[in-house]
Amino acid sequence: MVKNKSFGSRLFDGINILFFAIVIVACIMPVWHVVCASFSDASWVLNQTGIIWRISGFNVNGYTLVFQNNSIWSGFANTILYVVANTVLGMLFIVMGAYALSRKSFLWANPIMLAISFTMLFSGGMITSYIIVTQTLNMYDSRWAVILPTCMNAFYLIIVRTAMQTVPDSLIESAELDGAGQFTILFKIVLPLIKATLATVILYIIVGNWNSWFNAMIYLRTRSKFPLQLILREILITATDTASTSGNIDSSSVSGELTLYRQLIKYCTIVVSTVPMFVFYPFVQKYFESGVMIGAIKG
Amino acid sequence: MVNAAPTKKVSTRKYTWAHIRKDFRQNKALFVMLIPTIAFFVIFCYMPMGGLLMAFEDYKPNLGILGSKFVGLDNFKDFFTSIYCVRVIRNTIILSLLQICIEFPFTILFALLLNELGSQKYKRTVQTISYMPNFISTVVVAGIIVDFCSSDGAITSIIALFTGSNTNLLSIPGYWRPIYVISDLWQGVGFGSIIYVAALAGIDKSLYEAAEIDGANRFQRIIHITVPGIMGTIMIMLILRIGQMLSVGYEKTILLYNPQVYETADIISSFTYRKGLQEFDYGYSTAVSLFNSVINLVLLVAANAFSRKFTESGLF
Repeated sequence: MVKNKSFGSRLFDGINILFFAIVIVACIMPVWHVVCASFSDASWVLNQTGIIWRISGFNVNGYTLVFQNNSIWSGFANTILYVVANTVLGMLFIVMGAYALSRKSFLWANPIMLAISFTMLFSGGMITSYIIVTQTLNMYDSRWAVILPTCMNAFYLIIVRTAMQTVPDSLIESAELDGAGQFTILFKIVLPLIKATLATVILYIIVGNWNSWFNAMIYLRTRSKFPLQLILREILITATDTASTSGNIDSSSVSGELTLYRQLIKYCTIVVSTVPMFVFYPFVQKYFESGVMIGAIKG
Repeated sequence: MVNAAPTKKVSTRKYTWAHIRKDFRQNKALFVMLIPTIAFFVIFCYMPMGGLLMAFEDYKPNLGILGSKFVGLDNFKDFFTSIYCVRVIRNTIILSLLQICIEFPFTILFALLLNELGSQKYKRTVQTISYMPNFISTVVVAGIIVDFCSSDGAITSIIALFTGSNTNLLSIPGYWRPIYVISDLWQGVGFGSIIYVAALAGIDKSLYEAAEIDGANRFQRIIHITVPGIMGTIMIMLILRIGQMLSVGYEKTILLYNPQVYETADIISSFTYRKGLQEFDYGYSTAVSLFNSVINLVLLVAANAFSRKFTESGLF
């Protein structure tokens, strides 16, 4: 839109482009470091102190070790189970609840909505939730403890309800006159009209669950039920002895070798756990952006 | 805003007995649909609120919430007179202020500069790449921090050039806050800028053309058109952020802290977690958590009232 740019303006453009080049490098650098290290020679990686910019001695030994680790596989399987259960169950509950609460003819919609909205402002907190789940519901070390307490929240319910309120009343009323039941109206008429919002909410639920670890940490004890993030936490952060780092790797391995590979294994597990998200991300980026906007409109 | 939509004629919604019966007959299916929702919010939101009674009890799991001994405000007294009280509140507020003073303006600046990029393709690339860290899990981010800050890590070796010491940065209290804030910046600035980028896209283009004709240079246009154009968004975001002053997320803290850095790292939520779920001092930690929730609620309601008054929009 500007024809004759002044020198100052050009200089600013130049600096701005440079600034974002630095931003890009800063965003990628840690990831690049991890990826390069994961394909490099274990002893070379161990001796590096700075940022790793290149692959040295390409090999996939680290990945071989990671994939031999049963905990990684069970972690993946559990995470997928939790993500699917959470999303399916949560979305089913959310669309049904949101639909009932979006109906103008429903006497109790507003009081119930008020009670639900209040949970966004005030909560019982971590400890009391823990006591309810473990003592009252007796779900300690049960997979349900990871699935149920997070399957819904007021925020998503409100977003879906708001989208449903934009569906014209006349559409629903004429379906009612034609004798359609409420479930038919919900699944055949309302849901297809708010697909974009549903996709956004589903994606947020999936990402949130894929990355969550805290509830699993406080509610689960049995290792075979741990989601991937909890296994990762052990490998990346809490591991103090080589045994727990290597998990189920062949016990005949000498400990020196394990120390050697420990660092490499860390990098490889980061890559393995994050790749699914990154593969998935570019395709759905626009939904996440629109999600921020929906969220912002609703506060 | 939640209940802002004036959806129905109020006169038809009287809660008389006849009305309630008629509504129940007509909307049976809706009641069925609501069962999971109501069950969820009662069990996982309202029952824990009832559980806050524990804050006034010497809670023993085998006696239950209703059977444990009532001790009045003893748990609160214990907390407010302990050495931890000042420390965790101070750390929480300092971390929150750092986030407001550094992350908040940086996100806006990021969006403003992004808006000035001439090439749409470059802009798109920057956006795609800078959003990415937001999708990396906290555990992995914490793992990368542990690696970079370990005694032979990448950041430690850079810092060692100046200080000459190769100590693990996560064991030095002075480094905790910079590490926390910088990693937050890395993870959150790109994604956080989306809302401002959208606000910027909504500014009327003709304003820029008019200003240009009037002889305003580029920086004057930024100051007089762009910034005022997103001021409303900035104010709402700032007020809401202040409303969340004492609710700093605990995940990164719990993953990364250790007793050596409690002095600067321990915040209210991590302290609650440690006391309650690691040391099993349920009543005490519930009291701390209740104190925190109440302050949060007060701050949020105050911030919202403020926002309503000055920007004519708010959360509720």
